[in-house]
Amino acid sequence: MKPAPFEYRAPESLDEALALVEELGEDARPLAGGQSLIPLLSFRLARPTCLVDLAGVPELQSIRIDDGRLVIGAMVREREAERDAKVEASAPLLACALPLIGHPAIRSRGTIGGSLAHSDPAAELPAAAVALEAELIARSRTRGERTIPAADFFTGFLSTALEPDELLTEIRIMRQSPGTGCAFEEVARRHGDFAMVGAAAMVRVEDDRITEARLVLTGVSDVPVRALDAEATLTAAPFTDEVLAEAAEQTAGSLSPASDIHGSSAYRRHVAGVLVRRAVRAATQRAGVAA
Amino acid sequence: MSMLEVALTVNGEARSGAVEPRKILADFIREDLGLTGTHLGCEQGVCGACTVLVNGQPARACLMLAVQARGAEVVTIEGLAEGGELNSLQRAMWESHGFQCGFCTPGFLMQITALLADNPQPSEPEIRAALSGNLCRCTGYESIVNGVLAAAGHPVPSAHEPQTQEPERSSVA
Repeated sequence: MKPAPFEYRAPESLDEALALVEELGEDARPLAGGQSLIPLLSFRLARPTCLVDLAGVPELQSIRIDDGRLVIGAMVREREAERDAKVEASAPLLACALPLIGHPAIRSRGTIGGSLAHSDPAAELPAAAVALEAELIARSRTRGERTIPAADFFTGFLSTALEPDELLTEIRIMRQSPGTGCAFEEVARRHGDFAMVGAAAMVRVEDDRITEARLVLTGVSDVPVRALDAEATLTAAPFTDEVLAEAAEQTAGSLSPASDIHGSSAYRRHVAGVLVRRAVRAATQRAGVAA
Repeated sequence: MSMLEVALTVNGEARSGAVEPRKILADFIREDLGLTGTHLGCEQGVCGACTVLVNGQPARACLMLAVQARGAEVVTIEGLAEGGELNSLQRAMWESHGFQCGFCTPGFLMQITALLADNPQPSEPEIRAALSGNLCRCTGYESIVNGVLAAAGHPVPSAHEPQTQEPERSSVA
């Protein structure tokens, strides 16, 4: 398999990269880690006229704490984030999700921004970003910077709110507060494969009661799905097995995932309910509640 | 189509070539550099056969463009032997019968090299997790895992040691 011909540009600053994506327009594609884009090129499912390789753009490479937030540059490799103590301490949900992405050789090349901007319906990072209520920062040469809440960023199958002249530059995440627990659970045919279904859970617990819950499913729709009804159920009453079962049932009942060769719609719904139970239980235990 | 110069270090040697931007790193390694030990199985990042080390990290050579490796230090299966002798990992894999047809072996060895550099004493579950992205279609996983255990200095389960006392069996695998 050989990609169709394309030009290759390697900007060395963010300004240069933004000028290039503006000038080249929709026929060009930014190249981040390439772990999704290069197979698309090899299959000739994507035939851009030019790739703009962001690997040499220094502004996109760092992980830092800024004003109480964890800020991760779009070109930070998944493996690097997985090993970063700031990520582990400030955004444990991200630390739970990262090891589930692909395999080590994929994560050593794949980037945080690349996975988010690719918006694969079964990917882990979009679901984690929605659960974390992360802010995604987009920049264009002419309009400057804008902040897109994760909930508004993923607009459809492999589609995002990014304009053709914009680049995703970083993701900002509020540091997790004490008393919060999180978990990311998924079922895949093989460890490291795209999940058939995944569930991200974050709960804040006070006195054996869940006071705040965020529950997001991946692999069940074109975009990550936040289970708002189940979140309301979890916070409406003291946490018990019955409340958890109701939240799981509510989530499963609200979904209409597609069927494919890996599993039927009914199977995915069932798995979604199971994963909600597992993820919420693990999250509450990590927050310090044994239910 | 414009050609781009790619200069990089491969197995400790400075190498270079002129490539189209669309040239996949694995093809560059095999066709332009003549290092055919890197095998291409699926060419879509699923099988792991083409795994090499890029700046010490495992990477799939089918999921990189050659131009993305400009200036990088790449190690392929040809770079493992030391002074013409198998290195300790290669020897442990040999002694554990850690391959059958051998097609997947280069990718496994490069991934294992990365694992052991990170974690010199991996447990069996850690080994299995680290190798989950490498497919062996002879399905000889037990002997591969035993090879890693041996390379890491762990005792290898005796049931899997070569059974020289048994009567000769058909060689059909």
